[in-house]
Amino acid sequence: MAETIPWTKKDLLGLEDLQKEEIVLILDTADSFKEVSSREIKKVPALRGRTVVNLFYEPSTRTRVSFEVAAKRLSADVINIASETSSVRKGETLIDTGTNIEALKVDIIVVRHNYSGAAAMLAGHLKASVVNAGDGWHEHPTQALLDIFTLREKLGRIEGLRVSIVGDIAHSRVARSNIWGLLKLGAKVTVCAPPMLIPAAIEETGVRVTHSIDEALCDADAVNVLRMQFERDEEDAFPRQLEYFKNFGITKERLANAKKGIIVMHPGPINRGVEMSSEVADGAHSVILEQVTNGIAVRMAVLFLVAQGNENIKDANTD
Amino acid sequence: MRILIKGGRVIDPANSLDGVLDILVDSGVVAKVAKNIRPNGFQVIDAADQIVIPGLVDMHVHLREPGREDKETITSGTMAALKGGVTSMAAMPNTCPCIDSPEQVVLLRKIIAQSASANVYITAAITKGRSGLALTDIEGLKEQGVIALSDDGSSVDSEELMRAALQRSKKAGIVVICHCEDKTLSRNGSVNLGIVSTRLGLKGISKESEYLRVARDIDLAQEIDAPIHITHVSCQESVTRIAEAKKKGIKVTADTAPHYFTLSQEALQGFDTNMKMNPPLRTKSDVAAIRQGLRDGTIDTIASDHAPHTENEKEIEFERAEFGVIGLETELAVGITELVHTGILGWQELVAKLTCNPARILGIAKGTLSVGADADIAVVSPDKEWVVEKHGFLSRSKNSCFLNRTLKGYVVCTICGGKIAYRH
Repeated sequence: MAETIPWTKKDLLGLEDLQKEEIVLILDTADSFKEVSSREIKKVPALRGRTVVNLFYEPSTRTRVSFEVAAKRLSADVINIASETSSVRKGETLIDTGTNIEALKVDIIVVRHNYSGAAAMLAGHLKASVVNAGDGWHEHPTQALLDIFTLREKLGRIEGLRVSIVGDIAHSRVARSNIWGLLKLGAKVTVCAPPMLIPAAIEETGVRVTHSIDEALCDADAVNVLRMQFERDEEDAFPRQLEYFKNFGITKERLANAKKGIIVMHPGPINRGVEMSSEVADGAHSVILEQVTNGIAVRMAVLFLVAQGNENIKDANTD
Repeated sequence: MRILIKGGRVIDPANSLDGVLDILVDSGVVAKVAKNIRPNGFQVIDAADQIVIPGLVDMHVHLREPGREDKETITSGTMAALKGGVTSMAAMPNTCPCIDSPEQVVLLRKIIAQSASANVYITAAITKGRSGLALTDIEGLKEQGVIALSDDGSSVDSEELMRAALQRSKKAGIVVICHCEDKTLSRNGSVNLGIVSTRLGLKGISKESEYLRVARDIDLAQEIDAPIHITHVSCQESVTRIAEAKKKGIKVTADTAPHYFTLSQEALQGFDTNMKMNPPLRTKSDVAAIRQGLRDGTIDTIASDHAPHTENEKEIEFERAEFGVIGLETELAVGITELVHTGILGWQELVAKLTCNPARILGIAKGTLSVGADADIAVVSPDKEWVVEKHGFLSRSKNSCFLNRTLKGYVVCTICGGKIAYRH
């Protein structure tokens, strides 16, 4: 049993900054919240009277909805702000937007932004809690936490597991957060992609790098398959879709050579026939929909903990 | 006005001078350097336990005037310079408008004459509008007193144009300062390419983007036998190429900035936009190579690359924030702290890199305490510790990468043109 420590941070910005024990605390808290979603009345009063703002500068449905559901099941009031409808279009800076939202006496701002470091910058200027819902290529901590939560639930542990992450590692915040979280919890991580999509010096983090999907699959307990964002290939780094599927796509045939109980994850939305075949996406190894369900519990845990962390900070300041 | 600087340790590398001496300043020039000059009714500056050096010559600053007076002006920039012991500086031409014609130089000289409280020299653009498309009137610029040419901020991408620029600058007797960057390799990057760009999820700027262009410019300098100066050297590979070129007798000189011998890419953790500059902070081994290059003489001078930006331009998303940091008020202290107090350079060597070396490269009669020289002098308390604070800057901008750092070495008095121009 890992040693338990209290949550002391007002924000969740990434997994790189967290200690192992803090990650475990989030997962354990999520465990206790998971049951709420199976009740007839799916609500607890943990954040009653609190206000959560989802501030999304990038189009997102699943993450935004997941945070909204999580906040509502904690009885918080939720406001959604999307960049298309906000004063961002009028040239307001992120910090000004943040301080204006804070002036509405908001407790938690969940921010999704296309620039790396945006959540950290906002957090540094606000007393409200900030939860990073994805910043540029930097981190997407709640996605990695729900991936790790799902793995732990399925396999009973993280320590010693072999997890392969396949896809566009270079431009993926999901990959980065997963790498930090998994390494801290003692998993062995392999990243697999065409050379152009492996970021510089990634092996210095402690991961193994391969360009062979079969090598990535052969000893893996789980494979996390990233979405290939073909619509965003600004650097001409991507292979053609069919070529990608041929060389890196997860198929039934490839899984036949992998460990028997290998778990297949995907943060969604899936490009069927590109990252994996439909057979795999809908098959017995896939836990993709469970990830979505677990996302609620993990985000409930995160919202609950940062609210508590901020409360403790405020109490300490008034003493 | 006659001023007697008494009892300081005078270091004047141009004359290989290092000893406790008095300096008499009269009518704007150094009148006498000797032991125990009698204070004959002169204004006396007690320099006991202080170091007395020629005023610094900074060959790479951005004073932003004309056009971006919200960032800096000739007035504020030269005041900041004096606070840092800098009495002469070469202003880069990337202003609005760009200093790319004799007419622009005349206008800028007028502003300088009206508002500068230190010596401001003019570096003009190599190409019109720094566009890399057509050369400026190099001979006409030289006639108006321009002392160097640079498209700083950009490299001249066309080899043909760069070759022509070097042929004409050689004939005109003016040095070309090369900003070495292949933008096809560095495009959209904001930090050094490597583990830090990977951790932060930022597009990287490779070292190749710098040293391949250093190599090209050295090749052209060799071919034409023209002098070039490589500015803001940031990585090991560039140092190696410059050292090899010097060994072959190619007329290449180089500078680096204080941040490149002090800070490495690890300072970026946390997305501090005051650590964002171009070229970017590199690895620890690059910092070591820069220090070695300073030590063995490959890197001739230290220049601040003083690049003021407003808070509005820095307190935004990292990738949108401007490149560059201010440096006039900290360069001497960082040099003393990081190079002298660590034993990497002796006083003579550090002072040479900040005074007579840049003066020699620019061909200006500055950077020395020879009798008859302009009395530009800095009196420095070598061991005094101070903390770099935002409110302490005289620059209009506060974007320093050394904020909150404790430095050793403090300018107590700066004399410029024989007058006390700054006193702490």
